[in-house]
Amino acid sequence: MSNTDFIVHDKKDNVGVVVVENTPENQECTGWIMEDDSTIKIKANVKIPLGHKIALKDFKTGDTIIKYGYDIGKVVAEIKKGDHVHVHNVKTKKW
Amino acid sequence: MALPKTFQGFRRENKRVGIRNHVIILPVDDISNACAEAVANNIKGTVAIPHSYGRLQFGADLELFFRTIIGTGKNPNVAAVIVIGIEPKWTQKVVDAIAVTGKPVEGFYIERHGDIETTMRASRKAKEFLQWASEKTREECPISDLWISTKCGESDTTSGLASCPTVGNMFDKLDSSNVHMCFGETSEITGAETVCEARAKSPEVGKKFMKTWNEYNNFILENKTNDLSESQPTAGNIAGGLTTIEEKAFGNMQKIGKTIKYIDVLEPAEEPSKGGGLYFMDTSSAAAECVTLQAAAGFVVHLFPTGQGNIIGNPIEPVIKLTANPLTARTMSEHIDLDVSAILRREMNMDQAGDALINETMRVANGRITCAEALGHKEFVITKLYRSA
Repeated sequence: MSNTDFIVHDKKDNVGVVVVENTPENQECTGWIMEDDSTIKIKANVKIPLGHKIALKDFKTGDTIIKYGYDIGKVVAEIKKGDHVHVHNVKTKKW
Repeated sequence: MALPKTFQGFRRENKRVGIRNHVIILPVDDISNACAEAVANNIKGTVAIPHSYGRLQFGADLELFFRTIIGTGKNPNVAAVIVIGIEPKWTQKVVDAIAVTGKPVEGFYIERHGDIETTMRASRKAKEFLQWASEKTREECPISDLWISTKCGESDTTSGLASCPTVGNMFDKLDSSNVHMCFGETSEITGAETVCEARAKSPEVGKKFMKTWNEYNNFILENKTNDLSESQPTAGNIAGGLTTIEEKAFGNMQKIGKTIKYIDVLEPAEEPSKGGGLYFMDTSSAAAECVTLQAAAGFVVHLFPTGQGNIIGNPIEPVIKLTANPLTARTMSEHIDLDVSAILRREMNMDQAGDALINETMRVANGRITCAEALGHKEFVITKLYRSA
């Protein structure tokens, strides 16, 4: 089994979770989609630490982040595929 | 793996089963802590449970206070109780309510006696209770006598990926075993509230959940000064990669698995009354507050998934900690009872992890000391609803 760099919960998700201590910068990373046991490849644009999210697509301000197949927040700054997704570019819609 | 059918527990006078045999020294109020701690220092093996409240509380806040203190004394992990308060009336109220269980309980009050004389008299009684309790033996009890609570802490994304679903896998497997189970953390379901509503056994129970969640959420909306970032999610959550409350909520919800449904919604510290099955309890998401309320409702063993490494324990309810974060498992190993980080390396599947947690829980139920117990974690925190009079 090839090493898994990040895990995606659900096929509908547009972010994955890094499960290695840091993604290699500007290198292709391997992702495992748990729901259907498939594999995807994404190039990480920056070093992304363990537990943090990688963008699986490009996002514009106002777009919605999907994880577990559900809405987990709104994009507040442009995100490119392979970027680090976190509090600097995503906010809650609830509070 | 076949589910274990029995465990070795302490059957109490009221037929409830404990997995520990504590004699506790329970202060009724903040100013009786010193005396309670002096008694516990005199009589080795007893446990004092100091706390910060019990004076001039009123209304629903006072009711919750009494429910928490009395429930702690009634918990079957407790063999006998010494109650110490400043004055006789509330001291006796706590004693009488605990005595309903049939366990030995005696109250002492400090006014007109002072700390020193009260400590002396209470110490003599505590010694008697401790020696009596020390002769209690474990007996074989059906697994349906186990009451299991859960709450996660210092979560990160590994909690939602692996350690919370491990608890969920175990809860799904226990669904038909008539075990009492409990989850809570009302604010931490925000974003996943309609998904949680749909997991109720009936539409009525789902409506009761939504009413509870709405009240908590309105309270947050009324009092918030920002988006609660660094409070909920905590700074630790954010360092671990969690970005929003919604993301945290869906990870949190993994603890109730995929199929099990909750049969009732409990007030904080309310004892379940609908028989075996899963319950939701209205609680804060702060670890010690939540576990204290669940222990006061009668739960005897707690499952605590952590991501970044919350180190909480409880004075009467053993807390089993599991993590899927390999950094936490490596750097904080003395706090971790079960390491399920192999799930992230795809070297362990959820079914295996759930079985491993069932095994660990049975070992702790049979007497194995948890990491938090060994390290002396006894966080007892009363949930306070508003200011005292």
